[in-house]
Amino acid sequence: MSVAPAEVERPETDQEVVPDTPWITIVWNDPVNLMSYVTYVFQQVFGYSKRKAEKLMLDVHHKGRAVVSSGTRESMERDVEVLHGYGLWATVSHDK
Amino acid sequence: MSLRRKRGAGDSEETGAALNGFRGVRGGGATATFVPSQAAIIRSLVTQIAELVGSEPGPGEPGPGEQGLGGPGLIEDAFTGRAPDRPGPGLGSPGPGSTGPGSPGPGSTGPGSPGPGSTGTGSTGTGLGGTDRPPDPLDDLARLLGQTGPATPPDDPVLARLLPDAYPDDIEAAGDFRRFTEQELRNGKAAAARTVLATLPEEGGRVRLSEEEGQVWLRALNDVRLALGVRLSITEDFEARAADLDPADPRSAYIWVYDWLTFLQETLVHALW
Repeated sequence: MSVAPAEVERPETDQEVVPDTPWITIVWNDPVNLMSYVTYVFQQVFGYSKRKAEKLMLDVHHKGRAVVSSGTRESMERDVEVLHGYGLWATVSHDK
Repeated sequence: MSLRRKRGAGDSEETGAALNGFRGVRGGGATATFVPSQAAIIRSLVTQIAELVGSEPGPGEPGPGEQGLGGPGLIEDAFTGRAPDRPGPGLGSPGPGSTGPGSPGPGSTGPGSPGPGSTGTGSTGTGLGGTDRPPDPLDDLARLLGQTGPATPPDDPVLARLLPDAYPDDIEAAGDFRRFTEQELRNGKAAAARTVLATLPEEGGRVRLSEEEGQVWLRALNDVRLALGVRLSITEDFEARAADLDPADPRSAYIWVYDWLTFLQETLVHALW
């Protein structure tokens, strides 16, 4: 696997990303997944409150994507694997 | 994403069962009642998902071909994107190694083999039209190392949606991730389909799901809807487009099913919440 270059840049201020864990899980909008189901999945997978899960769901819906979790690359890959199990369209990115 | 606004388009045509979809039950879980044709449709579709992801229901699980659907060859071929052309019911094949109706072509590796790429662990030779990827030499290496999956996304758009890439801009990382995780993902989807088959009687009737089973049903219904969504080119404005569709259009039957499954899934989410 590729090795991530060292990053010293600060993340965007409106993203809840910890500087030393610059990997993120993104969920992308798609026309099939139900808004209720996506909210439910965010609650189940991440333990988010309904309010937070709904906000993320609406971000996906309106902006086309949302960062749903951040952390180590390994934990993001685990999140993506679980989300794929639920049928959500999720990807891992290095938050440069 | 999709927001369910109304009841299933075809509900009024049914005899009252499952009109209300799922509802929650005291102590957790959910319940719904299905008429035989509804049970047959769901069983057929989840069986196709299991076959598509490469792990069929066990020999004890009857296939959809054994149950009349009222529209021969309609739902059976929901994911193939083509008109049914096989003789008789062929989807309920008993398992890997089935000889099937397909005639082996030149250079075929075995009886009933649908073509190149069918000898891997992920294919079952049921002729579903879910064309898999060509063999990749790296796959053999991965197997030697105890990693069972392929490195490239499936060619079939339905499978590609069910088993998406994890790294959109990094082919190498996406391949590594897929090698390590795809088989497990396939197994999980097949297992969800088997749970639906195990909890939904062929003759229909009342289904009572534990919370855990309900969550598995959610995933299985979602996989079916994702697959239908690809085949039907479902878009955000699908309801408007569906309303414009000529009733004689063969897709209208699938859209009815898609719409009904959407309704079912929505009610199941709220029953479990």
